[in-house]
Amino acid sequence: MNVIVEREKGPLTELGDRIETLRARGMGGSSELEILEEKYRALLSDLFGHLTPWERVNMARHPKRPTASDYLAAFDRFDELHGDRHFRDDPALIGGFAKLRGRRIVFLAQQRGRDTKENIRRNFGMVSPEGYRKAKRLMELASRFGLPIVTLVDTSGADPGIASEEHAQSEAIAACLAALAKVNVPVVATIIGEGGSGGALAIALADTVIMAENSVYSVASPEGCAAILWGDSARASEAADRLKLTSDDLAGFGIVDRIVAEPLGGAHRDAPGFIASVLDTIDAELRALEHRPPVELRDARYRKFRRIGAWETQSREHATAALP
Amino acid sequence: MAIPEWLRRLREPGVDAEKDAALWAKCPSCGEMLYRKDLEANLSVCTKCTYHFRMHAYDRINMLVDGDFVEIGTEMLPGDPLGWVDKRPYPAKLESDRKKSNLSEAVVTGFATLDGFPVALGVMDFNFRGGTMGTVVGERIAHLLEEAHRRRLPCIVFTASGGARMEEGMLALMQMAKTTLAVERFMADGNLYMTVLTDPTTGGVSASFAFQSDIIMAESHASIGFAGRRVIEQTLRQKLPDNFQTAEFLLEKGAIDMVVPRHELRETIVRVLDYAVDRKRTMPALKAVPEFAT
Repeated sequence: MNVIVEREKGPLTELGDRIETLRARGMGGSSELEILEEKYRALLSDLFGHLTPWERVNMARHPKRPTASDYLAAFDRFDELHGDRHFRDDPALIGGFAKLRGRRIVFLAQQRGRDTKENIRRNFGMVSPEGYRKAKRLMELASRFGLPIVTLVDTSGADPGIASEEHAQSEAIAACLAALAKVNVPVVATIIGEGGSGGALAIALADTVIMAENSVYSVASPEGCAAILWGDSARASEAADRLKLTSDDLAGFGIVDRIVAEPLGGAHRDAPGFIASVLDTIDAELRALEHRPPVELRDARYRKFRRIGAWETQSREHATAALP
Repeated sequence: MAIPEWLRRLREPGVDAEKDAALWAKCPSCGEMLYRKDLEANLSVCTKCTYHFRMHAYDRINMLVDGDFVEIGTEMLPGDPLGWVDKRPYPAKLESDRKKSNLSEAVVTGFATLDGFPVALGVMDFNFRGGTMGTVVGERIAHLLEEAHRRRLPCIVFTASGGARMEEGMLALMQMAKTTLAVERFMADGNLYMTVLTDPTTGGVSASFAFQSDIIMAESHASIGFAGRRVIEQTLRQKLPDNFQTAEFLLEKGAIDMVVPRHELRETIVRVLDYAVDRKRTMPALKAVPEFAT
């Protein structure tokens, strides 16, 4: 059960329906409609003005939240390239040549389904080794032809199935990360929904990391974390508080470089507008990166991630003395 | 025939049970009671069924190196960046792990020689936070690779990890990126990077520096995978075959170069070094390691 979807039911939906009805009757601009619209905005603000981390997790998983294909529809052009050249084409990860705001790029994204049928085909956006190997192939292609890489992250995590283990999921993710570490072109990653652990990071080792305001990016799913900590996945909301998985938290740690604000109540309330502002941000970040020589780009990427983390230091003498 | 020490001790009067328990270990695989001294003499491998017990990082280093081991990175110690509390605060967990394991973090890094080959060596230890990778593990691994790179020494890392460390949140996950970048830079410059996957190697460590090496060895019977066995079983609601995610299973699937029993590990590593490393080049390099006496 999605707490955001639940909250959208009842008064908000009722009010929305009444507004729709009045509009349909051609009563736009009437005082009655204005009052209702004002009430609607106030209710939205009441319901969604301040979201807890757990509510944001639910927002990130909202069934109506725009997915990669919605973003792609706003690109100038996209030509999908398929397959890992070894075993299979993974529909959970889409990639190919694209044109965005007139710029030639290579595009990569996790793709959730819009409905149950598509979700099953796309494995709920959980990528298998074949998907990561396709991504790696396209990253290398981009690097060879000097095309910037744009990725959209939206996955609860890498696929945890038997076949994925048999096909060396670990190696596939590790190889994807290694490919991003060495590409000679700018990489801009945007977390648009759920950023689930290593399976998300595999396409997000980027020069610039952008995050949609209500998306989340976490070392473990709140449910998984709660199961480990308290043996009770129902305490996911407590785990979400602790994991520091929101865009504000991550910007504070220097893990996220840019946050794109969402419409009140979430990206799905104005999908075209929100998608346009994400694409504008990506465009601006690419412009800032595109003229940097490859060596400089790679060095900056190295330093960016090399800095992340927090630890304490002790003098060498003290540290050694503390050991047997 | 000489009476084995354990039997002689058993016959001694006044050996209390608690003291005795400390002297014995039960093999989790075959259930055999093993006298700890015999077990240790056998590199912590069950004398009956060859089950490989998990090893302490320093025991492993002792088993491998010629003589001296110069440890680096000890000045980096874990903080509490998230102010994490679950059943206990994170700093309290760290403190009890420190006591339990006699380690300052889940990885020990430094320099040594193996059959005369100077190497940079990293050894993870499951006894400290389940070998999980927090900032300090990532930092020490990256630091080791950078120091090895500067001296053009081969680098060998023994992995043992439950994955990224939850208590450090996304800062822990980002260590996958940090170590990847360090590995990539190290290898791109023609240096040998070798990993030995030991029990267990999973999650974020498995999906980063464990599987990015030139040569991947795994210790016999080690459990290796991305997702934890329990997670897969819960997701699929079915029991997995016994050999699933074992070193032997991965070898069969083509994911690793070789499976090596602990007794043959040192000689196998030395043979690989002998193929891949020019002794003439690396010997002077070790002299550049300060405090290295040999």
